[in-house]
Amino acid sequence: MKRDPIYGVMAEFDSAQALVDAARKTHEAGYQKIDAYSPFPIEGLAEEIGFHHDEVPLVVLIGGIVGGCTGYLMQWWISVVDYPLNIGGKPYHAWPAFIVITFEMTILFAGISAVFGMLALNGLPMPYHPVFNVPRFSSASKDRFFLIVFSSDKKYDALGTRKFLEGLAPRSVSEVPS
Amino acid sequence: MDEQYKTTLAADRAPVIEPGYTFGTVTEKISAIVLTRPASNGWFVGFGIAFLLTMMMLFAIGYLFLKGVGVWGDTTPIGWGFEIVNFVWWIGIGHAGTLISAILLLLRQPWRNSINRFAEAMTLFAVACAGIFPAIHVGRPWLAYWMFPIPNTMGVWPQFRSPLMWDVFAVSTYATISALFWFIGLIPDLATLRDRSEHPALRMIYGMLSMGWRGSARHWHRYETMYLLLAGLATPLVLSVHTVVSFDFAIGIVPGWHTTIFPPYFVAGAIYSGFAMVLMLAIPIRKIYGLEDFITERHLQNSAKVMLATGLIVAYGYGIEAFMGWYSGDRYDAFTLWNRLHGPYAVSYWALLICNIFVPQVLWIRKLRTSPIALFFVSGVILVGMWLERFIIVVLSLHRDFLTSSWGMYYPTRWDWMTYIGTIGMFLAAMFLFLRILPAISIFEMRTLLPEAEVKE
Repeated sequence: MKRDPIYGVMAEFDSAQALVDAARKTHEAGYQKIDAYSPFPIEGLAEEIGFHHDEVPLVVLIGGIVGGCTGYLMQWWISVVDYPLNIGGKPYHAWPAFIVITFEMTILFAGISAVFGMLALNGLPMPYHPVFNVPRFSSASKDRFFLIVFSSDKKYDALGTRKFLEGLAPRSVSEVPS
Repeated sequence: MDEQYKTTLAADRAPVIEPGYTFGTVTEKISAIVLTRPASNGWFVGFGIAFLLTMMMLFAIGYLFLKGVGVWGDTTPIGWGFEIVNFVWWIGIGHAGTLISAILLLLRQPWRNSINRFAEAMTLFAVACAGIFPAIHVGRPWLAYWMFPIPNTMGVWPQFRSPLMWDVFAVSTYATISALFWFIGLIPDLATLRDRSEHPALRMIYGMLSMGWRGSARHWHRYETMYLLLAGLATPLVLSVHTVVSFDFAIGIVPGWHTTIFPPYFVAGAIYSGFAMVLMLAIPIRKIYGLEDFITERHLQNSAKVMLATGLIVAYGYGIEAFMGWYSGDRYDAFTLWNRLHGPYAVSYWALLICNIFVPQVLWIRKLRTSPIALFFVSGVILVGMWLERFIIVVLSLHRDFLTSSWGMYYPTRWDWMTYIGTIGMFLAAMFLFLRILPAISIFEMRTLLPEAEVKE
C-alpha cells in the first residue's frame, strides 16, 4: 500500500475558543478524519471532531470486576480448599474478613486497567507521529492550538482543504509530511 | 473598616492563581525550574544532608540485618515499637497527597491544581518510607516474601483473616495506585518538557517518558475520563488504607486498642498530619522558587482550615477514648487512661495533647492562618504531635496490659532513632531530586485555571 507523502494539513490557532469554533466548522463542512491538539483538555472539543464513544469506563469496570472476583476467589480457595487453618475454631470461609482484600484488589485492578486501558486506547506509547515533523507543533504543548485534516479523509484535497483552513483565520497553515 | 480585618478578608478572597498569566508564562515559570534554573548552593547543601541521613538509615538497616531485631528497643511485652509507630506515621502523611489529588478533584476545587503534583510526590515518597518498616521489622527479613500469596513448594499460604495481611494488600494497592496516578498526571507535562528541552539527551528521556503525548483532543477526552475514574477509585482507597492500618490495632483485644473509634480517628489523623507535611513543603518551596503566584494565600488558608477541622476530629477521638475509659466501667480501659495521664510515659501524653489539640487552635485566628511562618511552625508541631499519638497508641497499650506481672518498659535505642531519622532523610532527598527533575506544579492543570481556558459553546 503506497503511503501518501502528505499526512495532512494543519492549522494553528491562538486561543482555545478559536480552535473549538474552527473544529466545529470543519466537521460541519463534512470533514470526518480530523484531530485537534491543545496544551490542556478543552471540554466539548472531542465531541466537535466527532468523538463520541469513550471506552475507558467499560475497561475500568471490567478491570474492577475481574479484580474483585480474583481477590475473593483467591482467598476462598486458599482458606477453604488448599490451606485451611484452624484458628480458634473460626470458620474457614470468613467472608467478612475477605471483604477487605477483595475491595483492595478491585481498586487495584480497576486502577491499573484505567491507566493502561487509557494508554492502549490512545495508542500510546507512540514516540513518532507525523505531526512532530512540523516545527511549530512544539508549541502545542505550551500555548498554541492545532487542527489537522488527515489526507485519508474522503473530502481531502491538497489545495481545497488548505484554502478551507485558511478561511478559518488561523495563525498559520502547514502541510504535515508523513 | 479595620485595616487588619481588610487584609485578612483579602486573604479569604485571595485568588487561586494571581492574575496576569498566559499559557506561555505559566509554562515558562514552572518548567524553568527544571530546565534552566541552575542548582543553587542551598539545594546542594539540603540534598547533601538528606543524602547523608539516607546513608545513615542504610547503615542502621544493615546493622539490623546483621545482628537481628534485638538491636532495637522492642522487648517483651512491647513487641511493636518505633518501627510500627513510624510506619503508621509515614502512611498517614501520605494520605493528604491522595486527598488533594483525588478528593479535591471530585469536589471540583480549583485550588488543588497548584499543589497536587508535589503533594502526590510527597505521598509516594512517604509510602516508600513507610513500606520499609514492615519489611525490616520481621525477625527473619529474608522471609519477608512470605507476606505475599506467592505459590511455593512448601505448601503454605498466608492467613487472610489477619489485619496484618489486609495491610499488605492495602498498602501495596495504595503504593501502586499512587504511583500510577502521579505518573499518568505527569505525562502531559513531560511532553511540555520534551518540547522545551534543548539538550538532546533530555529530549530523549522526557520524550520516552511522555510516551509521545501530543495533546490530541481524543486522547485528552480519554485521559480526563481515566483521571476522574482514578480519582473516584483513589478516594475510597485512601479512606480504606488507613482504616485497615487502624485495624492492625482495633482488631486486637489489648485495652486502648480494641475500640471502634479507631478507623475515623486514624483517617482524620492521617489527613491532619498529611496536610501539615504539605504545608511544611509548600511554604519553603513557594518562597525559594518564587511560586507565590501559584501557591497563594488561598492555598495556605484552605490547608489550615482542613488541618483545623481534622484536628478537631482527632481531639474528639481523644475525648471519646477518655470518656469510654470511664463510662465502660472496664477496669482495664480505665487503667489505660490513668496510665496515659500519670504513668511513666505521661510526659509524652501531655505533650501530645498540647501539640495536637491546644497549639493548632491558634489557626482560628485569621492572621495566623495566612502567615507562612506561623503555619510552618504549627505544622511542625502537628507532625510531632501525630508521631507522639502513634507512640502513645502503640507503646502505652503494650507496655501495661492485663497482667501486672507482664508489665515492662520500652526504651528506644540509637538504631531505632537512626532508622527513623534516616527515613526522614530519604524522604527529603527524594523531594529534592523531584524538584530538580520534574515540574513541581502541574503545568497543564494550571493552564486550565486561566480565564483564556474558558470556552463558550
